Amino acid sequence: MLYEHRETVNELRRHTVAVLVDNEPGVLARVIGLFSGRGYNIDSLTVAEVDQAAHLSRITIVTTGTEQIIEQIKALLGKQVPVRQLADLTVEGDVIERELALAKVTGDRGRLIDALRVADFMGARLIDRTIDTLTFEVTGSSEDIDSFLTLLEPVEVSRAGVVAMARGPRTLSPAA
Amino acid sequence: MSDAPSIAAAPADTSLTGADVLLRALVDQDVEHVFGYPGGAVLPIYDAIFKQNHLQHILVRHEQGAVHAAEGYARSTGKVGVVLVTSGPGATNTVTGLTDALMDSVPIVVLTGQVPTHMIGNDAFQEADTVGITRPCTKHNYLVKDSDDIARVVHEAFHVARAGRPGPVVIDLPKDVMLAAARYVGKEEVVHKTYQPRRLPQEDRIERAVDLIARAQRPIFYVGGGVINAGLEACQTLRALIRETGYPVTQTLMGLGAFPASDPQFIGMLGMHGTYEANMAMHGCDLMICIGARFDDRVTGRLDGFSPGSFKIHVDIDPSSINKNIQVDLPIVADCGEALKALLSCWRRRNHQMDEVRLAPWWEAIKGWQSRNSLGFVMSPTSIKPQYAIQRLWHFTRDLDTYITTEVGQHQMWAAQHYHFDEPFRWMTSGGLGTMGYGLPAAMGVQMAHPDSLVVDIAGEASWVMNMQEMSTLVQYHLPVKSFILNNSYMGMVRQWQDFFHGNRHAESYMDSLPDFVRLAEAFGAVGLRATTPAELDDVIQEMIAVKRPVIADIVVDRAENVYPMIPGGAAHNEIMLSPEDPSAPVKGSEDGMQTV
Repeated sequence: MLYEHRETVNELRRHTVAVLVDNEPGVLARVIGLFSGRGYNIDSLTVAEVDQAAHLSRITIVTTGTEQIIEQIKALLGKQVPVRQLADLTVEGDVIERELALAKVTGDRGRLIDALRVADFMGARLIDRTIDTLTFEVTGSSEDIDSFLTLLEPVEVSRAGVVAMARGPRTLSPAA
Repeated sequence: MSDAPSIAAAPADTSLTGADVLLRALVDQDVEHVFGYPGGAVLPIYDAIFKQNHLQHILVRHEQGAVHAAEGYARSTGKVGVVLVTSGPGATNTVTGLTDALMDSVPIVVLTGQVPTHMIGNDAFQEADTVGITRPCTKHNYLVKDSDDIARVVHEAFHVARAGRPGPVVIDLPKDVMLAAARYVGKEEVVHKTYQPRRLPQEDRIERAVDLIARAQRPIFYVGGGVINAGLEACQTLRALIRETGYPVTQTLMGLGAFPASDPQFIGMLGMHGTYEANMAMHGCDLMICIGARFDDRVTGRLDGFSPGSFKIHVDIDPSSINKNIQVDLPIVADCGEALKALLSCWRRRNHQMDEVRLAPWWEAIKGWQSRNSLGFVMSPTSIKPQYAIQRLWHFTRDLDTYITTEVGQHQMWAAQHYHFDEPFRWMTSGGLGTMGYGLPAAMGVQMAHPDSLVVDIAGEASWVMNMQEMSTLVQYHLPVKSFILNNSYMGMVRQWQDFFHGNRHAESYMDSLPDFVRLAEAFGAVGLRATTPAELDDVIQEMIAVKRPVIADIVVDRAENVYPMIPGGAAHNEIMLSPEDPSAPVKGSEDGMQTV
């Protein structure tokens, strides 16, 4: 054969993609619709305005797919009109990922004391208590939160989804 | 959006309403024709239209027709097509056309009325969530809530529709916003800061591409509609490059006309109903130069059997079209025109010449495949073969100023195979979405843009009936569109697949009680003609051309004819079926074929 040939990678990978968008009506629906319309996964998604003066929101999407699908997702996101800037934090270098969770535990005194020990060990904060409930706040990587919840066995959980940025000097800011 | 230009400097003209500003912005965007249908929510806009003479409004008979007309208008001129419809059903009726324009990269702007802002969300009469419904079938859409935003949004919408890979844009306009006082901003004051798709190719990739092009043994150019969207100059550069290399070229359904069909270097359309030589050359090439095409499933056949030994160069302005279906080796994200210019100038700078000795074995192989005459069919003395009808139509219209549109199905494939396009912008067909009912309203849009040209809708009777209400529009506006209906009383392509994959069981693909098309034409105030034998055909075609009024030509054709060649679903390019007698027809009735669309 005359030319070299490229190997296709079919292994599933988890990617964290950060997207800076104009905070206009429908922008979140546009991004979510792109995933649902083409059958791609969203493992987690967070969004909030990050620059009030410039009306910019930052969306952090954690998604799983083959290399080809991840590339396709990035290309599709990149061509949306309100998308200002996009970074695949997973491939561009070290990444800081944090998630916040609230977890509620109920039970007798012994059960609650066990929960306090777990929380202390995992660095979770007690933020609310009644005679038979405790509510904790924990931040950390998704894996940290998974292990905390496994140990805690809470009756109710609320997770914020992943927020992320690159380690070191790299930043995501709107293109000039 | 955040980057609204400052309009503080604009003269405050309080006498303008939102509707006035809307029309002024359209005129500023060089819009001359608007295809539309009125209703309650857009009455202020229609009132403003009534009071001016810059824009002509064409009253269609169904909103779907308006969108296809705007598509035909856009694709035959390179301009942006414009549609105006009312809220609710007016807006929902545009969804098929919007999706069609999105799939086929057609720049259109669709203005939809909306209930007044204070009623939005109240399930008001003729309310629909238009931006919600059209979000997945537009390139972008807007809901304008402040009348001072109207002009900026219109200018942005035209930019978005045109820039990068073209597509449809919706602007939803609540009635109160149209009645409110509004300020105007000129188009030169609105620059979209963020949406500026890359146009220029990376020079190192162009150099690498020319390296590969210069030493390929079995090269092929695979050209799509992106080159036509890039404009006339892009098509001319393409022609120069292909002729200087001496390489064979195949085109997609959407690309026909970019390179002249009559040129010996053109080896026919490729894909499911492409020529044997084009598909075999795609399969056997060592270098594929794809320009402005998107490796659609109708083109590739079975993905793991697609051109297995080739190095693939892909030029496309849309980064999401690259590596979507087929992994390519050298992607070039750029406007096709700019990329072609760069390729040609690099080729010339390095003094590359056509090398006939290097290419001789490849052209010899191609000539061998061509000798199979894959577009051949068996003539009949008694019944009109649909392929023959198109050949005769081509014979009588090739030297005229002719535009062709089609519906969707067998007739569309025969038109693509047997009507030979030497120029771009002359061929309007629904490729991606496959919208039956596209051709007649599209032809209406083409004729509006080219009033003195011959515009023919090559149609099947089933598709044509889907939007036949537009005959009434044609008569009203004196648009002499010719409907050339290849009438076989079947949804032919459905019947063909039932023949191949479902044991000849023709479930619901036969239409009883079709109208008498000649009398139907007369009822509309048009001219009806009919041919039922080959002997009558030429006279009917000539009369159809001569009559300067809308014509329905009912060409009664052989009911059993199927489209060949055919790459059945689940097959690769080299597994192409040439005829019903083809012993190499491998997968007739296979599970694979049944499961693909």
